[in-house]
Amino acid sequence: MFSQDRWQEIFETIRKNKLRTFLSGFTVALGILIFIILFGFGNGLKNTFKEFFLDDATNTLYLFAGRTSKPYKGFKANRRIEFKNDDLKDIKENFPFFLEYITPRISRRASVRYKNEFDNYNTRGIAPDHQYAEKTIMMSGRYINELDIKNKSKHAVIGRLVARDLFKQEDPIGKFIDVGNSVFKVVGVFQDDGGDNEERYIYIPYTTRQSLEKGNDKLDQIIVAFRPELGHKGAVAFERQLRAFLKEKKSIDPTDPSGIFIRNVADQLKQNQQFANVLQLIVTFVGLGTLIAGIIGISNIMVFVVKERTKELGIRKALGATPKSVIQMILQESIFITTISGYVGMGVGILILNNIGESLEDYFIKNPYIDIETALFSTLILVIFGGIAGYIPAKRAASIKPIVALRDE
Amino acid sequence: MIQINELHKSYKMGSSSLHVLKGINLSVEDGELVAIMGSSGSGKSTLLNIIGMLDILDTGTYELDKVLIEDLDETKAAKYRNKFLGFIFQSFNLINYKTALENVSLPLYYQGVNRKERQEKALKYLASVGLADWATHLPSELSGGQKQRVAIARALASEPKLLLADEPTGALDTQTSCEVMDIIQKINQEGKTILVVTHEEDIAQMCKRIVRLKDGVIIEDVKVNQVLAAQYV
Repeated sequence: MFSQDRWQEIFETIRKNKLRTFLSGFTVALGILIFIILFGFGNGLKNTFKEFFLDDATNTLYLFAGRTSKPYKGFKANRRIEFKNDDLKDIKENFPFFLEYITPRISRRASVRYKNEFDNYNTRGIAPDHQYAEKTIMMSGRYINELDIKNKSKHAVIGRLVARDLFKQEDPIGKFIDVGNSVFKVVGVFQDDGGDNEERYIYIPYTTRQSLEKGNDKLDQIIVAFRPELGHKGAVAFERQLRAFLKEKKSIDPTDPSGIFIRNVADQLKQNQQFANVLQLIVTFVGLGTLIAGIIGISNIMVFVVKERTKELGIRKALGATPKSVIQMILQESIFITTISGYVGMGVGILILNNIGESLEDYFIKNPYIDIETALFSTLILVIFGGIAGYIPAKRAASIKPIVALRDE
Repeated sequence: MIQINELHKSYKMGSSSLHVLKGINLSVEDGELVAIMGSSGSGKSTLLNIIGMLDILDTGTYELDKVLIEDLDETKAAKYRNKFLGFIFQSFNLINYKTALENVSLPLYYQGVNRKERQEKALKYLASVGLADWATHLPSELSGGQKQRVAIARALASEPKLLLADEPTGALDTQTSCEVMDIIQKINQEGKTILVVTHEEDIAQMCKRIVRLKDGVIIEDVKVNQVLAAQYV
């Protein structure tokens, strides 16, 4: 295999048959190049998908209140249910085993002004733990803290885009903004991976929001996070118990489908992950398809190459080449060419992927990439199958009688 | 050198079979120059292919240099060919992307001779057919006669015991044919045993013995007075 003489013979053959070498090399390189790029695009699609759907914390339940649809315990149907501050306390006390954190959310739209710049934004009255539920990332300053809640302080944390639109180049920290006619001090600026809309929110303490609205204790929404180690089954059980508990507390018929609504992110996550799996499957399928197409391409070239060399092989055999040495020569040559051109194609493919980067984001392909193991492995597969594809015609050529091969003009 | 007894060979053609050689008995001594003659279909090429181990006999025995050639698989045949035989073909059968020198050194490559020695030897044999100056030329740059001389040099390079020539002058004009035959005669005079398959009477007369085949049997086997090709060159 490693005899210098045989290599010299092979290099000579390669050097003197440039077109043939180029053709077979090009097929291999193109095959692996297309594979790398398609696979990379698939991964880019997955990246986009992840960013769209998998941004928020996944161990959370969103609790909403609505109207009942059944009469119960003397209450009429169509009664409006509302969450109150004491619901937070009760959930905390009754479900310590399940609970990781809990936060209310009161959403209000408000006109917000700083100096001469103003616009309408969504404000959210929240508790400090809300930061985990939304996976909010602080760029500067701080998030709303417990002291803000206790003091009902007029502190606001604004999104990156709010800061950009209202403050331009100015540093917003410590500045005062008008939020629906009350003055708030900006204590922090955040960013969020969930996209532009998520960065247009203004977070304020929920107690402050309540005091602005005549000191009530009403909550829009409660976000409950369960311990991740509960898993999906535990989350479903928790959801069931929580629903029963709240219905009991609010005097809602246990069979009433309305009144309390719970959105389980874990359920959604499961669906999204299924979708992601389908996407992965498609990517794998496309990859496999191109790989197979590449293998077929190589097989064709190999059949052609061996056919073209039939007479030469016949001459070699008449001069004393054993079938084994004929097969070895063809295989060694084909593996050499496929390896070199395969890795060239791989390198070019990776280079192209790296240069694409963000430029195809409009087509939902973000940061296409291929991990080096997959790239190396698929190239190796192609080389191996190139070898097998070369072996079959080589074996046949080697077993042709020299007279038959020589007669073949 | 060659001892053939009751050799039969037939080819299957679909359902029927074609009996090509019907009991050949032939014995060739060392240093002979034998012409095998016959019209097409007489079985002369088949006989040469069997002697050359390019084909396998059905029944009978074939001894080459006192070695009984039997149970011939491809690997064994390749080794015998490399060790015992040199071939000269009508259509030269040079490898077209290799230079004259590389073509001549190819059998030595399969003998496992190292590169340097290979080239020295090849150049020596190329010089012996008068083509030393053409060593680096490709077959496409050579004339028909030159190609056949390269092929002869290649056949000699492995230092075979027996040289087999299948219509060596079939693709050449009279003048070049005589040149090639001159070389073959000289090689023979140096002691090499040579078999020449031909259908040209004047080429056959340049050999020392003529074996005539017809319909798969030898009909005549005579010694002749050799006509020297050199007088026509």
